Amino acid sequence: MFTTASELANLALSTAIALAAGMIGCFAVMRRMALAADPMSHIALPGIGVALILGGSPLLGALIMLVAGAVLIWAVERRTRIATEAVIGVTFSVALAVGSMITSGEELIDALFGRAGALQPWEFILGLAGSIAVVVFTLRYRNALIVSLVSPELALTSKVQVARTDLYFLLAFALTIGLGLRYLGVLLMGALLIIPAVIARRFASSLNGMFSISVATAILSTVSGTGAAAVTGRQSGPFIVMISGGLFFLSLLWRRRT
Amino acid sequence: MSHEVNGEEILRVQNLTVRLGHSEVLRELTFAVRRGSVLAILGPNGAGKTILLKSLIGAVPHTGTIQWANDARLGYVPQKLDIERDLPISGRDFLSAKASLVGVPKSAIPRALESVGLEQAQLATPIGHFSGGQFQRLLVAFALLGDPTVLLLDEPAAGIDEPGQARLEQVIRRLQSDQRLTVVLVSHELSVVYRDADQVLCLGRQHMYIGPPRTALTPETLQAIYGVPVSFHVHDSI
Repeated sequence: MFTTASELANLALSTAIALAAGMIGCFAVMRRMALAADPMSHIALPGIGVALILGGSPLLGALIMLVAGAVLIWAVERRTRIATEAVIGVTFSVALAVGSMITSGEELIDALFGRAGALQPWEFILGLAGSIAVVVFTLRYRNALIVSLVSPELALTSKVQVARTDLYFLLAFALTIGLGLRYLGVLLMGALLIIPAVIARRFASSLNGMFSISVATAILSTVSGTGAAAVTGRQSGPFIVMISGGLFFLSLLWRRRT
Repeated sequence: MSHEVNGEEILRVQNLTVRLGHSEVLRELTFAVRRGSVLAILGPNGAGKTILLKSLIGAVPHTGTIQWANDARLGYVPQKLDIERDLPISGRDFLSAKASLVGVPKSAIPRALESVGLEQAQLATPIGHFSGGQFQRLLVAFALLGDPTVLLLDEPAAGIDEPGQARLEQVIRRLQSDQRLTVVLVSHELSVVYRDADQVLCLGRQHMYIGPPRTALTPETLQAIYGVPVSFHVHDSI
């Protein structure tokens, strides 16, 4: 387990993605987007389908589609004032329908549940760069995100460009989903964004506390899930989600902060 | 003809109209606010008081002009916010975020806290755990970071018990007189408005009046604004 260069690269990248997911997931949960992560990840499907038809990289196809989806959701929400989760709901349904039409059976299963296998060097670099970008965004914009969360009007009088911050957040959220698709697939990636942050919210009383608990949970789930997958020869995605889900139910045994 | 803000004025509003969907919430509003003065805005629910304040901070699309003096720095205290109790944002996270965003050192936080009568130790508490009165004072401290010259307050004492209201009103009065702040205050408390305001903007759905409290808060004006006879008692002191 974790002895070859390929396995170590996989582990390093999945840990970096878990770090990014653990951090951006905190704001997703606080912005009441816990249920949005799952449908948002489905927006990747048409991108994966088109990439496969054209013989391109499914990862790139998914990322392009997710970024385009994030911009579309932001623009529709801004123009119509329809709630983010409602716009995501509509976009995801359409994307799912289109994706299932242009993706064939086996490819669809890979897209839905993730796929194990050796990483291409560019995939490793892209994944690592993307994860770092999400972490840097979260740290750099944490103050703007905190104040916008409490009140957009307070943010406005605190020199925050609220609309721009919302767009950047959606892009970072979409990017994180795209990065994790390889390991967890469309159906499971939302879980890594949300479950660690939900656990952290139960116990943290400050943002740094929430970040710490969420990141620790995401990394623990990812490393142990990847290890379990290597031992059993199965895909890592379901293990990662089952472990983080198990940690959530275990956390219910402790009384939350009052 | 357009009028610029002159040296004595900090705000000039001309022909301000706000539409939300198909309804016109504010229509052709024109008024000015002098530096260091208190403008109180009152009127029945739905008259557009909160929308007016949000327009003044640039949060609502509008037509007409809103001109702030070049040196105007705005601090805004919104109407009661519903903060989820388990939100893991501490008072320190909240105030540090503002300090960082407006480019003031964290050392400004203790002074802002002192101004509103909050203890530093309370900053470790998540903001959802603050009592109504404490949270409103935290919002005033938040508004004070960045050294504002204007405080815009939207019913800051709404939903707070009587002693909490009195304390908050005292804090605002003291800030206004000590720091020569201009205050724009939305309030339903006619007695407070009568006592503290230099100018009163009475917003009704059909009518609008502006003037000093003694001339604006007449039974006739209030009946025209609220649609029913309104009486109030002026408290001499808190």
